[in-house]
Amino acid sequence: MQDVKQAVRQFLLDNFAMGGGVTIADDTSFMEAHILDSTGFIELITYIEETFGLAVDDEEMLPENFDSLANIEGYVARKRAQAPAA
Amino acid sequence: MLLHHFFQDTTRRQPDRIALACEGARLSWADIAGEADRLARCLHARGVRRGDRVALFLDNGWESVAGIHAVLSLGAVFMPVNPLTKRDKLAYLLADSRASALLTHAALSDAWAHAIAASPSVHTVVVASKEGASAPRPGGAIAWPDATSPPAEPVPDPGTIDQDLAAIIYTSGSTGDPKGVMLTHLNMVSAARSVSTYLGLREDDTIFCALPLAFDYGLYQWLMATRTGATVVLERSFAFPLKALEIMARERVTVFPGVPTMFSMLTATRGLDRFDLGALRMITNTAAALTEDHIRRLRGLFPQATLFSMYGLTECKRVTYLPPSQLDIRPTSVGRGMPNEEVWLVDDAGRRLPDGSTGELVIRGSNVMRGYWEKPKETAERLRPGPIPGEWVLHSGDLFRTDEEGWLYFVARKDDIIKSRGEKVSPKEVENVLYAHEGILEAAVVGVPDEVLGEAVKAFVVPREGHVLTEKEVIRHCLARLESFMAPRHVAIVEALPKTDTGKIKKTGLA
Repeated sequence: MQDVKQAVRQFLLDNFAMGGGVTIADDTSFMEAHILDSTGFIELITYIEETFGLAVDDEEMLPENFDSLANIEGYVARKRAQAPAA
Repeated sequence: MLLHHFFQDTTRRQPDRIALACEGARLSWADIAGEADRLARCLHARGVRRGDRVALFLDNGWESVAGIHAVLSLGAVFMPVNPLTKRDKLAYLLADSRASALLTHAALSDAWAHAIAASPSVHTVVVASKEGASAPRPGGAIAWPDATSPPAEPVPDPGTIDQDLAAIIYTSGSTGDPKGVMLTHLNMVSAARSVSTYLGLREDDTIFCALPLAFDYGLYQWLMATRTGATVVLERSFAFPLKALEIMARERVTVFPGVPTMFSMLTATRGLDRFDLGALRMITNTAAALTEDHIRRLRGLFPQATLFSMYGLTECKRVTYLPPSQLDIRPTSVGRGMPNEEVWLVDDAGRRLPDGSTGELVIRGSNVMRGYWEKPKETAERLRPGPIPGEWVLHSGDLFRTDEEGWLYFVARKDDIIKSRGEKVSPKEVENVLYAHEGILEAAVVGVPDEVLGEAVKAFVVPREGHVLTEKEVIRHCLARLESFMAPRHVAIVEALPKTDTGKIKKTGLA
């Protein structure tokens, strides 16, 4: 199973220019570290939907679910636990 | 009357009332005054004097607010800079203004550490950090003073008068180089009075502000709060609309200033009805036009709130607002002026036009800027002699039409500035950045309609011989050098760009 944090970390490094030496730790807040702004989050959510096969509800668009690698990992795990087995 | 007198008067009148709520912290008027005084003493000890420019490169937070008042109390000039600004542009702003000091966050060091190396005029960098005074800082930068810092001498009265500059706010222009709008204390006091009067802002208001304080629309939420004694709930951004609504409900927000992009995001989100926003009494819009659809949806969502549709420009803060009673009669109008100001339309020869015409909007009033910092040519294009000898009136660069009763309707910009997410984007500025990419031979940037953004930035690029470009790579190149709202949303990689007879790139028809 794909490592969620590693995939998202790579997505951020590939798509959002950051100055040299920015480490994205598991608990780094993307907002505080200025890695993502409002449009960036929209792109991140689209990436997560497409990569992990989820549909993000409007009510789930919260920093607790998306504003760090650890938060995203937790969110993806919870969504997968809800989905019926294929 | 100086701009910071509003703050001083309110602090004297109600020191213990909450002025600012931000990220869980609540600061009273006295708290902010204390922080501002401490910072002012520190800056004064470091040699910051009346007339010096001090750049504020900060996220929305108590530091920005304390910074503004610290700088004003020294008689110095504050320069708010968007925290999304990247290193080269920040270096340009510091050099252009010959700034003496920079107030910033450790989290933004990637931009400022490089910029100050190229800015010899900046002798003092004050850094706020979550880790406090012990956080590492590039050589020479000092920690934001706190209660543990050694006390410094009180600041002597700098002798400021209302003709002195209070702020310089940089704005993008067609030529590609940002221009510093010079605003005197009189300009800003006049604008704050006019706007807070027509809005009817009150001491018991709670204003929600997710707009950057570096943008005059956001900045004035705070400034008007200092005049009225209202509370400001400050947020860094509108990245998570539901979170914003949760805060607005919890804080019993009464005033919500926004731009169309925020309203589009909000009205597209489901699950809003679980938030009790019954305290909301006023919604304002500027920076881009409110469509009739926006108006209908906002009224559906917030039926008890009054909606103000407005228009302005940094060069004079605000120009006009539509009295809410007119919203049903002429929803697409932005009004016919505001208190203590006169507006009219002119033709290409500068002649005043009668009602029912289309022409460039001209503004006369104490809110009109002093000019662009050290850019006399650009200033002369916008400030022209007014009816009374020695006065200047502002040519907005925007085309409007008036109906038979003189109500204004935006028609178009005279220049090619793109408005995306309510922010100005200079195509030339983006093209300059594209040309800095070694794989790009030619570039042309235009605005294309976008339902949420208003306009989206689209770049057409021609790769150099032997280079292969991808859309993602071009966008990333721009994100590294420009604020995110300026980076292209779409990139078309083409073999050639249409040219005029004289060989210049022709943009008409590019979409």
